[in-house]
Amino acid sequence: MSHIPADLHFAKSHEWVRLAGDGTALVGITDYAQSSLGDITFVQLPKAGATLAAGAVFGVVESVKAASDLYAPVAGTVLEVNAGLDAAPELLNRDSYGAGWMLKLRLDGTAPAGLLDAEAYARHVG
Amino acid sequence: MSALQRTPLRDFHAARGGRLVDFAGWEMPVQYRSILEEHKAVRRAAGLFDVSHMGEVEVKGPQALEFLEHLVTNEVARLQPGRVLYTPMCAEDGGTLDDLLIYLRAPGDYLLCINAGNIAADLAWMARRAADFAVTLTDRSADTALLALQGPASAAILQTLTGAKLGLLVNYSFCEGTVAGVRCLISRTGYTGEDGFELYHAPDDAVALAEALLAAGAPHGLELAGLGARDSLRLEAGFPLHGHELSPSISPIAAGLGWTVKLAKDRPCLAHTALAREKAEGPARRVVFFRTGDRRIVRADTPVKGPDGAPVGRVLSGTLSPLLNEAIGSALIDTAAVHVPLAVDIRGVDITLLPVRPPFVPLRRG
Repeated sequence: MSHIPADLHFAKSHEWVRLAGDGTALVGITDYAQSSLGDITFVQLPKAGATLAAGAVFGVVESVKAASDLYAPVAGTVLEVNAGLDAAPELLNRDSYGAGWMLKLRLDGTAPAGLLDAEAYARHVG
Repeated sequence: MSALQRTPLRDFHAARGGRLVDFAGWEMPVQYRSILEEHKAVRRAAGLFDVSHMGEVEVKGPQALEFLEHLVTNEVARLQPGRVLYTPMCAEDGGTLDDLLIYLRAPGDYLLCINAGNIAADLAWMARRAADFAVTLTDRSADTALLALQGPASAAILQTLTGAKLGLLVNYSFCEGTVAGVRCLISRTGYTGEDGFELYHAPDDAVALAEALLAAGAPHGLELAGLGARDSLRLEAGFPLHGHELSPSISPIAAGLGWTVKLAKDRPCLAHTALAREKAEGPARRVVFFRTGDRRIVRADTPVKGPDGAPVGRVLSGTLSPLLNEAIGSALIDTAAVHVPLAVDIRGVDITLLPVRPPFVPLRRG
């Protein structure tokens, strides 16, 4: 059974969003995603300043098994990228909701759409 | 997954967190905890692998030696009782049908260990070839389970469970004995580049033997290891895997395994003519090994480019070396391009392949 924090929002493609309430958000991948991928060996992320449309591919996460695209769960501008993932992609396996965060975004103002709450995401991966 | 074949340890793996996947038609654990961690545990201490899916074939009879010399490329006549030989098995055109271990138990009494995915094809090939020889083939795959105990702590762990004198058992030799009360063929072999043992035993004993090994090994750092780690360990050691570095279209000469091709004129194997020609003229393509200095994995079937961007081959195997912390792999390259700078494209990024003479890490033997 994978861990699903109650205070996050989720995309069906297994990214999570933590809305800070000040117009910014953190984005990462779920515990279910990291567990399905297995040992994560490489993460490719956009640079600060990049603008992302909701649902657009923003990077790649690679495991021993396969490489998978990452999809922006919300639209926004990249404020900060987790530089620690470059040298230690295994942070995603260890702590996908904490030290394994990927992007800090400034939301573009449109209301996030199509996201699941924890309960709905649990049903989605159930 | 109900159509998949199961080893006697299938429920044992599931109960210990093994992630079961389809491997060559078998439901096998690809990992338990982490492929990278299991890999490191084998290099550091020891790992226990279920390889019961491998096939076993008995070859007996007054012409067993002649039959095997006809069938395989290495020098079977050189085997002494109690010793093990690694050899490719090739078709007339030199293509590799399988690679296998041959155990000589007594004169005229051999045991072959073959790859799981090739059992049916190997048996059919061998049966057809056996018609001209006074020899009996018996498929023992279903009544043989196989555990591999691999890593520098293997001998210390195994010695706590057996009276067999492991110190006398040199690399590529075997003996009959009991391990934790279970009758085994104890073989000092493996496919990880570490010292280690392979224990052939009856399927009904598999769970008890695995539990005894795990309990005895725990103080030494033994961990269960899946087929994911087995693959990265063998690639780091520079060992071929049939279907990748060896195949019906890749001869042992092209694979750089010329040392396993002994072309005695008086006893030619059935691939003799093709392999002798390839040895003399040089193969049209060669298997090369590479590292990249980058963490992006270069996956099998990725096209390889020469300096002008033209295709010169393709990747055969690729993984992240947990010890080197960079991508490593093998590729089949046109011989003319073997010494030119090679590159691959990964998601739009040009990655240079740095040639490596395997192994990637020092091998350790018993």
